[in-house]
Amino acid sequence: MSYSDKVLEHYNNPRNVGSLPKEDATVGTGLVGAPECGDVMKLQVKVDPETGVIADAKFKTFGCGSAIASSSLATEWLKGKTLDQALEIKNVDIVNELSLPPVKIHCSVLAEDAIKAAIADYKRKRGEAEQAAGGEAPAAAGEPGASAGAL
Amino acid sequence: MNLPIYMDCHATTPVDPRVLEAMLPYFSERFGNAASRNHSFGWQAEEAVEAARKQIAGLVGATAREIVVTSGATESDNLAIKGAARMYREKGDHIVTVVTEHKAVLDTCKHLQKEGFQVTYLPVGRDGLVDLDRLRDAITPRTTLISVMAANNEIGVVQPIAEIGRIARERGVLFHTDAVQAAGKVPFDVNAMNVDMASLSAHKMYGPKGVGALYVRRRNPRVLLEPIIDGGGHERGMRSGTLNVPGIVGMGKAAAIAAAEMSAESERVRSLRDRLLAGLRAGLDEIYVNGSMEHRLPGNLNVSFAYVEGESLLMGISDVAVSSGSACTSATLEPSYVLKALGVGDELAHSSIRFGLGRFNTEEEVDYVAGKMVQVVGRLREMSPLYELAREGARPRR
Repeated sequence: MSYSDKVLEHYNNPRNVGSLPKEDATVGTGLVGAPECGDVMKLQVKVDPETGVIADAKFKTFGCGSAIASSSLATEWLKGKTLDQALEIKNVDIVNELSLPPVKIHCSVLAEDAIKAAIADYKRKRGEAEQAAGGEAPAAAGEPGASAGAL
Repeated sequence: MNLPIYMDCHATTPVDPRVLEAMLPYFSERFGNAASRNHSFGWQAEEAVEAARKQIAGLVGATAREIVVTSGATESDNLAIKGAARMYREKGDHIVTVVTEHKAVLDTCKHLQKEGFQVTYLPVGRDGLVDLDRLRDAITPRTTLISVMAANNEIGVVQPIAEIGRIARERGVLFHTDAVQAAGKVPFDVNAMNVDMASLSAHKMYGPKGVGALYVRRRNPRVLLEPIIDGGGHERGMRSGTLNVPGIVGMGKAAAIAAAEMSAESERVRSLRDRLLAGLRAGLDEIYVNGSMEHRLPGNLNVSFAYVEGESLLMGISDVAVSSGSACTSATLEPSYVLKALGVGDELAHSSIRFGLGRFNTEEEVDYVAGKMVQVVGRLREMSPLYELAREGARPRR
């Protein structure tokens, strides 16, 4: 299998690998995927509560190179975006940017789910759970294998 | 040391230069058809084929007349299983095989099920070995054939072929073994092991691709096969088609080299394999060998590196050619069915790497690969949320 140059570049020089303090009220954590399926992504955002802008983003991923690249790219895109702008990131944007082949589209879907789950977690912490539930369905809720409880 | 390093000898092996040298004249001046009876070109080709047949037979303790040349082991498996099942259909319609067989055997058995045959797929233990009592119990008065591979292509586990052969002989059932990975690597003798049919492949033992053989016992008992390819009646009617003379010459030479050098080579390859494992263990915790270490091909190592997904690992060691049991590397997007059959969990199956060492690997290469693996696994674990969770104690360590 050959990878696009962008996937290779992210794999070799992943952006924003690491963890933010989970308990911090300004940090939202999304943990999606399932180890049995070969993909688990943890994506975190640190939000400026005043402006609602994502100040920092980190990820850790267990998965193939395309999954690592998708989450690395997602963290890069998240920084500096408002939560609403962040929620506009769609998996097809990741597919196009990384030139992912059809068999790797699920990696981009997982990255989109991780973004939504992280933002939903942040909103829940901020007492905005109702708005989160009313908007985009967060991946942490019902997607198969998306529950962090499986871990 | 040259990069990339090839360590995927269960997939294929390079042609030994001595093999290539033996083959070359049969592409050019000695181009005759071995079936041409009326001129020297044909005689020359036939003579070369018969010499090669003897060499192939010699590797497995057979006689030359028991060797049917094919296009490769997939064809050999098809011919053995379909040929025997259909030939002996009057006697019975039941086949016994094992879940960890190569797809060439499993899919052939599935095909026969569509024709109305019954097939029992025996499980294996955690070590990858078949349970002989279960094998005995699976045999019924309707059983005509047992097919159990000599050594597995993923985990290198060597099955108790002599014991299976004894059981088959006692019960009057034919015994076929896919000996592709075993032949030339570990001792294999069709008479000592009561094997009635054995599939062989040239390219797994430093011969060319596109040529294989099926050993078919001629005495005690004489095995008859219904051909799967009809035509000019070559190979005593069992496999029609003009013979691949250069390929057969190459396979013969490869078999002769393997027979002569097996004991020294297997010792050397085994010590390289053990050195690789020691190097991995020295640098990494939580790595798990899949399958029995005791009953194993000298050149095989199949290891799961917990918390790291196999395809991302392959990407990190792009100058080393190995394979992974990860779903992402397979066409079906399912993790290895062989590892699953051993009871390896999906997560660790996704984390598995198969190393296949062989004749041309060196200590220097092994040390490089071990070092590179340690480095890349370390880097990917730092990137792995599962590793982090295990460290935090949020998730039981494996």
